[in-house]
Amino acid sequence: MALRSLATRKTLALGLNSTRLTQSRALQTFSLPDLPYDYGALEPAISGEIMQLHHQKHHQTYITNYNKALEQLQEAIQKGDSSTVVKLQTAIKFNGGGHINHSIFWNNLAPIREGGGEPPKGSLGWAIDTNFGSLESLVQKINAEGAALQGSGWVWLGLDKELKKLVVETTANQDPLVTKRPHLVPLLGIDVWEHAYYLQYKNVRPDYLKNIWKVINWKYASGVYEKESA
Amino acid sequence: MALRSLSSTKTLTLGLNSTSLLPHSRSLQTFSLPDLPYDYGALQPAISGEIMQLHHQKHHQTYITNYNKALEQLNEAIQKGDSSTVVKLQNAIKFNGGGHINHSIFWKNLAPIREGGGEPPKDSLGWAIDTNFGSLESLIQKINAEGAALQGSGWVWLGVNKELKKLVIETTQNQDPLVTKGPHLVPLLGIDVWEHAYYLQYKNVRPDYLKNIWKVINWKYASEVYEKECA
Repeated sequence: MALRSLATRKTLALGLNSTRLTQSRALQTFSLPDLPYDYGALEPAISGEIMQLHHQKHHQTYITNYNKALEQLQEAIQKGDSSTVVKLQTAIKFNGGGHINHSIFWNNLAPIREGGGEPPKGSLGWAIDTNFGSLESLVQKINAEGAALQGSGWVWLGLDKELKKLVVETTANQDPLVTKRPHLVPLLGIDVWEHAYYLQYKNVRPDYLKNIWKVINWKYASGVYEKESA
Repeated sequence: MALRSLSSTKTLTLGLNSTSLLPHSRSLQTFSLPDLPYDYGALQPAISGEIMQLHHQKHHQTYITNYNKALEQLNEAIQKGDSSTVVKLQNAIKFNGGGHINHSIFWKNLAPIREGGGEPPKDSLGWAIDTNFGSLESLIQKINAEGAALQGSGWVWLGVNKELKKLVIETTQNQDPLVTKGPHLVPLLGIDVWEHAYYLQYKNVRPDYLKNIWKVINWKYASEVYEKECA
């Protein structure tokens, strides 16, 4: 999910160093993407109650706060207020990251009747066998990393575009995968924040991880993999 | 809550640097789940009985179980002189030991209304709050703002800096104890803002949890700690 840049680097540098800025650009705002399926369509793996809260409350809040932070950023840049510009980065990273990650996540899931849970074929299936030995082995590794993650975060299957390798990585809070290494492209992310499973699985995060594979949308991951490995 | 040390610093050094290791393996102290001083349902409606039971019997117990396991592995690694494992284990010890420390304080920070929960602090702590923050309301507002703004999982604390004799509000992430923010900081009151602490009841609305928890905050305990540290 490409971040639409607020201003070119040149303008940003100009904005911070000179008092005569160009006209204020109309600020792009982000909005909540629709889910490609009903809230209840992933049951019993993930309850409809969780899907609705997760989408309408959590993801929406990240977007609302992301838009607010970007607006404040634009003002600060125009005023040449570097202190505020830098202070805003934590809000932008957290809320922008939340928007990025959840947008990927909704695409990573699909109802069973639309292919959710069907193992990957084609080049991604082959790459998984090469990198991890088998799909079961990959799933085991992702689940172990996801269960062991301390606090809130995400567990990822990613493609290292530079090394041309599949990797399993975790990120804390709402850090996007790219914060781990710039050449990493997310294929599949699993949210292990407690809000992603608690209403249904309570403290038993491993059960959530075991069950979510029934609705993982490997078609999307394959699509990204093929595009990025071309 | 003082961490019981596994062995003295001198012995640790001996254990890691020499082949004549620890003379006899010390019997390992294990930690166990402290009882709550009240029933699971006694803090309702501020905190549901379902949350209190899961929080105590599952979350806190798991930290203790994993803390004991890590300490056992640490003991073995020290005896083998395996520094790589000793260092690797620190992460698990910090997280699970911290979880045990923090939750042990938390249960004492709460009390049923009929046992004083929610009653404002008097005496020296009450006076110190007014001096440092202007009023109790102002303190609560600040704690709630910090707690609501905390990104991810963590705790919001009212602490006392023993050295400067000042009250402070701090946050820590994950299960980091307050002392990781400053060696002179003593926790008086900690509020768990991990989602497991409120989600079943308050869903995503952490600010509502923070608003309501003050009805069952046990200021008597916080006052005792304060008077002891600032005597």
